[in-house]
Amino acid sequence: MMAPSRRLVWAAFALSVLMQPALAVEPDEVLADPDLEARARALSEELRCLVCRNESIDASSAELARDLRLLVRERLVAGDSDDEALEYIVARYGEYVLLNPPVTGSSWILWLAGPALGLAGLGLAVFYVRSRDTLGIEEAGAQALSDAEAARLSEILGEEAAVSDADPQRDKTPE
Amino acid sequence: MIVELGHFALILAFAVALFQMVVPMVGAARGWTGWMGVAVPAAHLQFGLTALSFGALTYAFVTSDFSVQLVVDNSHTLKPMIYKITGVWGNHEGSLLLWVLILTLFGAAAAYYGTNLPPRLKARVLAVQSSVAVAFFAFILFTSNPFLRTSAPPFDGRDLNPLLQDPGLVLHPPFLYLGYVGLSMAFSFAVAALLEGRVDAAWGRWVRPWTLAAWIFLTIGIAIGSWWAYYELGWGGFWFWDPVENASFMPWLIAAALLHSAIVVEKREALKAWTILLAILAFGFSLIGTFIVRSGVLTSVHAFANDPERGVYILGMIGFFLVVPLALFAWRGPAMVSQGVFSTVSRESALIFNNLILAVSCAIVFIGTIWPLVAELFFDRTLSVGPPFFNASFNPFVIAAALALPIGAMLPWKRGRFEKLWRPLVPAAILGVAVLLLSYAVSTGESAMGPIMLGLGAWLVAGAASDLWQRTGRGKFAGRLSRLTRLPRADWGKSISHAGVGVAILGVAGLVTFQTEDIRVAQVGEAYQVGRYTIVLQGVDPVEGPNYVSRMARIEVRQGGVLIATLTPERRFYPVAGMPTTEAAIASNVMRDLYAVIGDPQEAGGWVVRFWIKPFANWMWAGAGLMALGGLMSLTDRRYRVAAGAPRASKPSAKAARPTRDGVPAE
Repeated sequence: MMAPSRRLVWAAFALSVLMQPALAVEPDEVLADPDLEARARALSEELRCLVCRNESIDASSAELARDLRLLVRERLVAGDSDDEALEYIVARYGEYVLLNPPVTGSSWILWLAGPALGLAGLGLAVFYVRSRDTLGIEEAGAQALSDAEAARLSEILGEEAAVSDADPQRDKTPE
Repeated sequence: MIVELGHFALILAFAVALFQMVVPMVGAARGWTGWMGVAVPAAHLQFGLTALSFGALTYAFVTSDFSVQLVVDNSHTLKPMIYKITGVWGNHEGSLLLWVLILTLFGAAAAYYGTNLPPRLKARVLAVQSSVAVAFFAFILFTSNPFLRTSAPPFDGRDLNPLLQDPGLVLHPPFLYLGYVGLSMAFSFAVAALLEGRVDAAWGRWVRPWTLAAWIFLTIGIAIGSWWAYYELGWGGFWFWDPVENASFMPWLIAAALLHSAIVVEKREALKAWTILLAILAFGFSLIGTFIVRSGVLTSVHAFANDPERGVYILGMIGFFLVVPLALFAWRGPAMVSQGVFSTVSRESALIFNNLILAVSCAIVFIGTIWPLVAELFFDRTLSVGPPFFNASFNPFVIAAALALPIGAMLPWKRGRFEKLWRPLVPAAILGVAVLLLSYAVSTGESAMGPIMLGLGAWLVAGAASDLWQRTGRGKFAGRLSRLTRLPRADWGKSISHAGVGVAILGVAGLVTFQTEDIRVAQVGEAYQVGRYTIVLQGVDPVEGPNYVSRMARIEVRQGGVLIATLTPERRFYPVAGMPTTEAAIASNVMRDLYAVIGDPQEAGGWVVRFWIKPFANWMWAGAGLMALGGLMSLTDRRYRVAAGAPRASKPSAKAARPTRDGVPAE
C-alpha cells in the first residue's frame, strides 16, 4: 500500500467508526437498577433484531437493535411487566419480532410436534422391543433350552454356517 | 489456459460419472463381471479429473487471475496467500466444486479399500455413489460454473468477506463437507443393499467405518464453526440455532443414530430396515442442509425467489435422492427380516432408545428450522423460531439421553438385569448428584438448568469411566489395570466419546450459567475489578495488517497483583470490502476463558471495553475433540483394520471381509 492511499484508508476507517453503530449492549444503555437491567437483558434475548440474520437484539450491533433495547428499558422503567413490555413491542413490530414463538393457533403444531413424535416413537419402540422379547417369556422357565429355543438355535446356526460357507467363495471371486 | 483445462476436466469427470453410474449397475443386474469391474478404474479416474479441475481453480485464485469472474468476486491481490486458497471454497461455485471433489474422493476410497466387498455389491455401491456425483456435476456445469471468464477483467478483485478471512474458516468448510459427503457412502451402501435385497452382519461392518468417519468429520467441522463464532462474532456466543448451523446439526444427529444402529446390525442382525432408513435419511439431511445453505430459502423466501434456478435444482435433487430410495425401501424393506431376539432389558433396547432420542431430536430441529417457511406459506403468519424454542424443546431430550447413556452403555447384549447393573454405576450417580447439589448451592439460582447440566456432565464422564473399568472384569486392582491397557480400541473409543459428551455438556453449563459480564467505559490507565481480576486498559494503538487497518487495545489482566494476561482485542476495517470486524482477545486455561472486546472511543474520553469471564469454555471444544477422538479410536479398531480371511490381510483396510468372532469388543 502506498503512503497517500494509506492516509485515505485511515480516513475511511475513522469514518466507518463514526458511522458504524456500536457493538451490542452499550454502557450508556445499562439501567441503574440491577434487577430491571437483568429483566431487560432476559427480554432482549427473546427479541429478534429485525434487520439481522437470526440475531437477538441483545447480541446485535445494528442501530435498530439498539433502539429496541432502549425501548424495552423504557417500558420496564415505566413499570411494565415483562409480558406487557413484549406485547407493546409485538403490537408495533409484529409477531416476527419474537424469537420464542407464542403457543397460539397454528404454532401449537410446532410446539407439540416434538413431544408427540417422542411419545409416538416411544410407543413404537416399546411395541417393537416387546415383539422381540421372546427371551423374557421363557426366562422364568428352566435354564435348559426348550424345544422351541433349540429349534431356533439350530436354525440360527444353520444360517450362519450357510453364510460362512458362501462368503469365502465370494471373496475369491476376481475383481 | 489452465482455467479452460480445469473446465474441460470437470466436463470429462461428468462424462465418467455418467458412465460409472450406468455400466456397473447394468453389469451387476446381468452378472457381467467385466461391466462390474470398470467401476473401480472409473471411480479413480473421476476423482483424478475432479482434483485436476479443483487444482485449476485454485491456481486461478493463487495467481489472482482476474479474468475469471469468481476470482474477481472473491479475491484480492493483497489478500494473504492462505485466504487466497480458502477463497476457492468461500463462495457458492467453489464450495460446490469442493463438495463434488470430496464426493469423488470417497468414491475412489471405496473403490480402493473395497477389495473385500462382494463384486456385485461393490459395483452397485460405486454406481449409486456416481449417480450422486452426476447430479452435482450437472448442477455445477449448468447453474454454477466456477470457470466462467469475464469479458472485461478489472485490475483487482472485490475481496473475500472479511469475516471469512480467519483461520477457523480455513478448516471449517472442508471438515463439514467431508462429513456431509461422507454420509453419501452410507447412502450408497444402503441403496445397493436394497437393490441386492440383502442386509447382514457383514453389511453392518462395511457401512459402519464410513459412517463413523463422516461423523468424526462432522463433529470436528461443527466444533470449528462453533469455535469460530465464539471468538469472531464478538460476544462469545457459540451456538445460535441458526438455519445454517441446524443444517449441519441434523445430519450429525442422524449419523450418530446410524453409527449406533449399525452396531446392532453388525453384532445382532437386528434393526436392519431401520438402519437402512437412517442411512438414506442421513444423506438426505446432508442434501437438505446444502439446499438450506445454498438457496438461502430460510434466510428469506425472497432471496430464494431472486435466484430460483439453483434452489429448484437442489430441491429436485433432494426429491430424487429421497423419493427413489424411499420407494425402493418401501418395496424391499419388508424383506429385511431381523434375526436377533433380545430381552426388554438389553443393549439392543438401549440402542433403540438412543436412536429414538437422536431421531426425534433431529425431527425437532428440522421442524423448528422450516417452521417459519411453513407458517408463511400455509398459515400466512410471519414468525420467528429462535433459540428460546430450540432450548425448550431440545433440552428435555438431551437430559433423557444423558441420564440413560451410562446405563445403556453398560447393559449386556441380549439380556441384562438392572439388579446387576446398578452396582458399578453407584459412584458415578453419587458424583453426579453431588455436583448438582453443590453447583446449585453456589449458583445465584437464576436457572436450574446449569446445575442440572453440570450434574449430568459429571454423571456421563464418571459413567464412561465406570464402563471402561467394568470391562476389565474381576480380580485384583493391578490385574485389572493392566487389562485396561489391552482393551480393544473400540472399547476405549466408546468410553472416550461418551465422556466427551459429558465434557461438552459441562462446558456449555459453565458458560451459560456461571459467566460474568462487564460492560463499561474504561479510561486509559485506570484499573477496575471484574470478579477476581484487576483490569487496566493500557492504550489503543493503530495497527496495519496486510489488507486491513486496525485499532488494537492493550488490556492487562492481573490476579492478586500478578500479571496473568495481556489481551489485545482489535477492531479491524477492510477497505476493499468496506467492512469492519471485531477481533476478540481471549486468554484461555482449563478453568476459564478471559474474553475481551474493544468498542468505540467515547466523546468524554475512554473506550468501551467488554470483558467476560467464561468458566469451562474450553471444555466445549475439548468435549467435541474427545467425541471425535473416540470415534477415531473406534475406527482404527482391530476388527476394521484386520480383515480376517481377506486376500490381502496385510494391507490396512477400512473394512473386514466377514464378521470375526475373535477380538470382537462389546460396544
